[in-house]
Formats: sequence, C-alpha cells, structure tokens
Amino acid sequence: MDPIHDSARAIARDVNARAVSAAEIAETLIPRAARVDAELGAYRELTPELMRAQARRVDQRIADGDRLALAGVPVAIKDNMCLIGTHTTAGSKILEGFTAPYTATAVQRLLDAGALPIGKTNLDEFAMGSSGENSAFEKTKNPYDLERVPGGSSAGSAASVAGYAATVSLGSDTGGSIREPAAFCNVVGFKPTYGRVSRYGLIAFASSLDQIGPFARSVEDAALTYDTIAGKDPLDATSIDRAVEATADGLRDDLRGVRVGLVKEFALDALDAATRACYESAYADLERLGAELVDVTLPTAEYGLATYYLIAPAECSSNLARFDGVRYGLRVDGADVGEMYERTRAAGFGPEVKRRILIGTYALSSGYYDAYYLKAQKARTRIGEDFARAFERCDVIASPAASSPAFRFNAKSDPVTMYLMDYYTIPGSLAGLPSLSIPCGSVVPEDGTRAMPLGLQLTSPLFTERALLGVAHAYERATLHAEKLALPEICTT
Amino acid sequence: MSTIASSDAALTSELLDKYEAVIGIECHVELKTVSKMFCGCPNAFGGEPNTKVCPVCLALPGSLPVPNARAIEHMIRSGLAFGATIPAHSKFDRKNYFYPDMPKNYQISQYDMPLTVGGVVGYWLEDGSRGECRLTRIHLEEDTGKSTHASADGRLAGATSSLIDFNRAGVPLMECVGEPDLRSADEAVGFLETLARTFRELGVSDVKMEEGSLRCDANVSVRLRGAAEYGTKAEIKNMNSFRSVRRAIESEIARQIHVVESGGRVIQETRGWDETAGVTHSQRSKEEAHDYRYFPDPDLVPIDVTSDVVERVRATLPETPFARYVRYVDDYGLDSKRATQLVDDHVLAAWFDRAVAASGGKAQAVVAFVLGDLARLANESGTHLGDGKVTPEALAELVALTSSNAINSKAAKQVLEALWVDGGSAKAIVEREGLAQVSDRGAIAAIVDEILATNPSVVADYKAGKLNVMGFLTGQVMKASRGRANPTLAQELLKGKLGG
Repeated sequence: MDPIHDSARAIARDVNARAVSAAEIAETLIPRAARVDAELGAYRELTPELMRAQARRVDQRIADGDRLALAGVPVAIKDNMCLIGTHTTAGSKILEGFTAPYTATAVQRLLDAGALPIGKTNLDEFAMGSSGENSAFEKTKNPYDLERVPGGSSAGSAASVAGYAATVSLGSDTGGSIREPAAFCNVVGFKPTYGRVSRYGLIAFASSLDQIGPFARSVEDAALTYDTIAGKDPLDATSIDRAVEATADGLRDDLRGVRVGLVKEFALDALDAATRACYESAYADLERLGAELVDVTLPTAEYGLATYYLIAPAECSSNLARFDGVRYGLRVDGADVGEMYERTRAAGFGPEVKRRILIGTYALSSGYYDAYYLKAQKARTRIGEDFARAFERCDVIASPAASSPAFRFNAKSDPVTMYLMDYYTIPGSLAGLPSLSIPCGSVVPEDGTRAMPLGLQLTSPLFTERALLGVAHAYERATLHAEKLALPEICTT
Repeated sequence: MSTIASSDAALTSELLDKYEAVIGIECHVELKTVSKMFCGCPNAFGGEPNTKVCPVCLALPGSLPVPNARAIEHMIRSGLAFGATIPAHSKFDRKNYFYPDMPKNYQISQYDMPLTVGGVVGYWLEDGSRGECRLTRIHLEEDTGKSTHASADGRLAGATSSLIDFNRAGVPLMECVGEPDLRSADEAVGFLETLARTFRELGVSDVKMEEGSLRCDANVSVRLRGAAEYGTKAEIKNMNSFRSVRRAIESEIARQIHVVESGGRVIQETRGWDETAGVTHSQRSKEEAHDYRYFPDPDLVPIDVTSDVVERVRATLPETPFARYVRYVDDYGLDSKRATQLVDDHVLAAWFDRAVAASGGKAQAVVAFVLGDLARLANESGTHLGDGKVTPEALAELVALTSSNAINSKAAKQVLEALWVDGGSAKAIVEREGLAQVSDRGAIAAIVDEILATNPSVVADYKAGKLNVMGFLTGQVMKASRGRANPTLAQELLKGKLGG
C-alpha cells in the first residue's frame, strides 16, 4: 500500500475495504504534494484543510456502508474550475484573490465519488497557451526536466500527476490543453466528446470548444475518473443528454478487429528523425496488437489552426468581457467607469490574453464577421465532415499529440510557433471528438541530455469514449512506455 | 436656441396638415415567470438590493445560462396572439457591449432568428376609430440590473460612485419591434395600450409601466404628406408612461417639423425624453452607435419549436382584447367607451360574456346592469363583481324578467340589490318580495278609477290642458300598486279614462 504511487483504482479499492483510511491518504499526500510543488510549481494553491475535511466525510461514508468509486483518491483541480472556498484565478492577475462561492459540476461529482482535493493547479492564463508559461504567476516545471515546460495550458494538472503529487487531476482542453501537456509529462490525458462533461463552473475560454477531462498515470484511472464526471448536467445547456457508457469496464488487451486510421495530412516528415522513429514504432505496435492500419485523409485539417484562431478568440473576446472590475477580482480605479475598465483590464490581463481578445473582437466586428467568424464556422463544419468520412474507414485515428517533446522555457517567443504546437490536436477539438494522448516512448532532444516523453494521440468518433479508452488501454498494457521513463529524483522519493 | 415649447406653440394646424409623422414603436416587456431567464433566481419586482442573485445572473466566473422554457412558451403565445409566424428554428445570440449593470458585458438576445416573426396588432382609439400596426418580430432576451448614481440628482454626471442592484439582471424580457405603420402619438398610444392589454390577457406579463415591466422607445420621423420616402428618424427613449409617450412623440414631431420648416435637416440620433422640461434631448448620434458584435451564444443550443408545441399553445389562446372589443362593438352594438371598460377588466368581461350568453344575447340590457347598478354596488362595497354573490345566470334571469315586462325597472333595482346581498335566483326574489309586475287590465283600471276619484282638481287641470300632470297621476297609480303596476299600461288606462 503506497498512496503516493498507487493507482486510483487501488486506492479506492483499499479505502472502500477499510484497509486504509482516506485520512491516512490525505496525511501522506499533503506533505508529499507540498514538497513536490516546491520543485515543480504545479499548484496555485494547496488545500490541505479541504482535503482533510473531505477525507473525514469519506471515512464517515465508508463507515456508513457506502462504496465510492474514487474513495480517498487524491485529485488536483485545474485552477480554472470553481471549488467552493478556494481561490480560483484561471492563472490571471485579474482574478487574484477571487474565492469561488460555488463548485463546478465536474469537481462536485469527484467529491461526491469520494475523491480528496489536494489543490488547484497552475495553468496558462485563462487556458490560453501551450507551455504553461502564460500563467501570470509561477512557471510550472516539467518533472522530467526542470528546465523544460510541462506543456499547457493544463500545466500543473499534468505535472502534479506526473510528479506523484496527485493521483489523478482534472484539466480542460480547448485546442489541446489536456493532450499536449499529457504528452510532455508522460501521462494519459483524455479530452472527452464536447458536451460529455459539464462545463458549469469551468471558467470559459472558448465555450464551443472547452471540455473538461482527466489526467492519470494509466488509462484505467483516466477511465475511472471520466466515468465519474461524465453525463448530462441541468446547469449546462450544452452538456449532452445521452446515456454515458461506462468505460472502465470496457478496457481491452488486444486490438483485433480495430481499424486504426493514419492521416495523410499528418505525415511525420516534418518531425525530427528520432521523434519520427518513435511514432513509426508506435504505429507498428498498434498493428502488432492486431489492429489494421488504414490510410485516411482529412483534406481540411490544414485549415484547423487558422479556423481555431478565429473561433476561439472570438468566443474569448466575449467570455472575458465580464472581467471588468465591477463585481469581483482586480479593480484599478479610474476617473470614470470607462477608465476603470481600461485600467483594470490593462493591468489584469497578460499579453497573450490581450492578443486573443483583440483578434476576437476584430473577427466579430461589423463588416468582418462574414469574412472571418462565419467563414471559420463553415471551415469547422467541413473539418467535422472530413472526420466523419475518415471514420467510415477506421475506428480510431492515430497521430502525434504534439510536434515535439517538451521544449525549454522561453524557447518559443513567437506566438505562431507556439500555436503550431497544437497542430495535431486542434482539428479534433473543432470536430468535438473524444481524443487522448498516451505515452508512446521518449527521445533525447537535441538541446538536452535527458530523455523526454512523447505522446500518441488517439481520436475516435463522437461518443465512442468506451471504444477509444479500450484501444488506448490495449496499447498501454502492451507497451508500458510510461513506466520505462525514469523520473527525476525529487518525484520518486 | 429655440426651445421645443416655442416651436410646439408655433405649430399651426396648417403645418400639421402639411406634414405627416411616421412612428415605429419598440417595446421591452418583462415576462411573468417564476424564475429568471437563465437561472433559478426568483423573477419578482423589488426586494433588498442583490438578494435575488446567483453565480449565473451575477456572471461569476464559470457560470452558464440555462433557458427558461416557460419564457419561451410565453413568446410563442404572444406571437400567436398577433398572428405571427413561429419559425421552427430559433437561437440566442450575444449582444456585446460594456455596461456596469450588465454583468456579463454582453446581453443574451436574439439577432437574426427571433422566436416570432411578423404579425399584426389591431388597436383602437378612444373615439372608436381603429388601426393596424404590423410587427416586425418579437424576440427574447434578458434584462439588466439597475444602477443608482451617488450624485445629488441621481444622474451619472457628477456622481462619485454608483450602486448596482442585480435583482433585475437576467429577468426575461421580450422585445416587440413594430413596423413604422403609426401616424400620430394617439395611434402610438393606442398600439401600446393594445399590446399591454394583450400581454396581460395572455398572462405573459404584468405590464406595469411604473415598475418598468413595460418600457418603450419610439422611432419618429416626419415627411411631407403624400411623400413616398420616409424622413430621417430619431429614436426617442426614456418614456415612462403612456402619457409621456404621447407627450414625447408630439414634442418630437413638432421639433422635427420646426427643423425642416426652418430649412434644417433632421439627423439620425437617439434622443432622451425629459419629462420635466417636456422636451427631447440629443443623446447619441448614429456615428457613436455601438458595434454589438452579435454572434450565436455558444453556451446555448439552438431552439427548435415543433408544430406540436405551437398547436398546443395555440389551443390555449384566449380571445384577444382587440377581438373582444370588435365583438362588443360590431356584434353587440356597445359604444366604444363601454366596450373598452369591459375589455380593460377581463374578469368583468368574462362575467359579462357569461351573462350575455345566459340571456340569449341581450348584450345591451346586460351591459346596462353590469356597468350601471352592478358597478355601483361593487364600487360601494369595495369589491369586484366577479367576487360577489350575483351570478351571470341570475342577471340573465333578471334581464329576461324586465324585457318580458314581468317586473318593472324599479323592481329590477330591488331585485338586483337583493341578489347582491343574498345571491340566489332573480325569479325567487321576485316571488319572495312580491315584485311581479301587474299587467292585469282590470286590476290596474280599478286603481286608476280610485286615483281619479281622489284627485278631482288634478283631473280638472289635465282637462284644462295641463298635460304634464300625467306624470303625477301615473306616479300615484304606481304608488298605490306598491310599484308593481305596469307603468305603460297605467298611462294608457289613465289617458283613456281622461278622454285624452
């Protein structure tokens, strides 16, 4: 019994069996998370008192005879999700000091299932970024190389799980914000179908794309967490009223009869040789497990990035209008209300957020709407149609999750270079598809000496989470890539 | 600078004949629902500031809107009442602009796919004339909070701080956009009154202008009478009563005629009505207009309205006030004033309709009681006819008794008062009180003989040509019969016996 390294499944089993108490788990994880956090900067805030209080409730419920799916499982929550009584900043100065007076539905479902909240994790400001570097606060480090980024925007959620400072965590994915950091940090990151998990209580970046999903050190734990949070929520009109198939009991060990699509437009030529070799070997492993590899095409995928960088900023320009200094968060006074808005927003938002608000405001402006926003929506529809056609020929699409392993801090100062990190993840986001990243090996980057993990992205048709996680599980069990990479010392002791 | 008051005074009937006003009304109506448009907070007027709020209507980070199904049904109901089309597909859009009492800094509204399209509002004026105004659309949106500015006069200018009450934020609001079919302030008010009556009848709103549950803007322009093109319009805001709507529009028409007559040009702008000064002031020109950056709200899914839903709502529609008015005037022959009185009290109108039906269509006789003696009795007792003991069926009986001359009008009054106190049947009261009219010739002739015999001097006067004593003699006969004699018959017999 090792609450730090055990899986969520094992912890829940032991707590339900009263072999260990949730309180003991909390007391083990609280100092552990603090120590790892001092190295990684994964957390915005640790919540030991909440964790202890929740542990007491869980132990009481277990004593009363309840069996809870995530009994005693330590979870970290991305700091763009509300948890009552915690500071919730979305990584922005504009929300510094804001205390959430309510709890997000997905978080509440974890608590109801017996999970223990360890803390709120760091992120790129308002989930806008691919490295974590856009956080207005600390820079979260990659546990596999403290000089490298953990990926973003769910930087702390990936790093905390990878660094054994949480068993599972919740992230949010708009264009790749779960999958890319999962790939960078050697963990499983799963973005469910858009609408599967309630967004109520998730601070919106781009409402039509945002989706909450789990990080875990195994597919099984990701499935367990997903099963807990998924399902219709009356508080989110876009959450889908459709029966959720449990995924945790649908995990398989081979891929016989599975057709895996390889996308022509996602050819590996652009990657460096070692990275490319790693993905080629991953595809070969899929075939070895019984999958049939088929070539598919997504002709409009190359427009994904351009489409995304109109739709997401357009929605964000409107979603972030509420941060105005009137009701909560930062206020910088001015001579009149207009000046107060300007000063507050100028001081409260970082450069990337401002850039996207400006792009989005422009794209929605009278006279430009048709040329930009409307056209982007049409492109989005086409991308979805391309995926639907591709899925006539395959059950799941495999691709890299990111175009490189984790890079060094400040390596990508040009925003477009940073945007390109999400080249493989964005099309699936635009189509609303379930998609995950799973460890698939490692490479030693040219500018480094340590082996850094890579992630294989698997994407499947709408609402086929069960099949997708099944495929991922078979790959994971057969390859065990995550376990092959040694963590830095801080994270193992 | 010439004031509107002087230009108003300068407006001659000649000028008013030369120009024609073109008016289009847009009004916002707060819907009557239990909860707000997109959250579960109560939708109720007033209360301690910021007590009817939640994460959603305060736009706390992470909160999401969920549409109120009842509000959408109210919209369908309202549209159908005016014969509007209910499109199968509709959606919510965001209207983006910054304002401190609008928590999200965008308003959830409907841009290009409103819930109801078209329709016609039939209306009438005090003098009984009627008109029609087409509706462009009715769409659904949410209300804002209310700001109070901490300055001496409550205005923003000079205020050092502002207080915001978000109790109203998120209250469902429907915006009715009328076509520019109105030609005078009277027509505009007639149109608005009919809208208000209709929404009240439909139960979709309380329509209390003083509580702000009905707010309207007027687009006003003038043109030479007979011109085909519209003039440039000004949008008039801040009118808080039907009276101020009338005054503001009249003032604005006069201002615009004055501008045109003095060689100027009306500019497209928003003007605020100043109730105290009785003038409109320029607020914002077209160039300063917002770019609202409308786009479909990604937090909400498109609204599909099935024909089943439309038909279900249609089946529950009451008669509209205008249809009722037309029925009362055209079918029942009521005058406009009485018809309006009934229409304006839908409980009374429903009572009236039941009584007319029970009486076999004797609307004139029924209305005389309903708006006459019954209204007086209700008024004196401070109650409503609908809550009293008199049933429409009892009144119908009473009408039948009077029209068949079974009782006379004086007795009818007595019966009514008895019905008011005790309820029951009119016939039973007539029998109990012995009020049945005596139409038996022989019985009345005996009384006539007796009266003539006891009043020889009056008889002499009559015979000398003083025909007006007939009234006195009839009165004596009625008195002697304790009010029961048929007065027509009594007169006839008197005349016969006097040899008139």
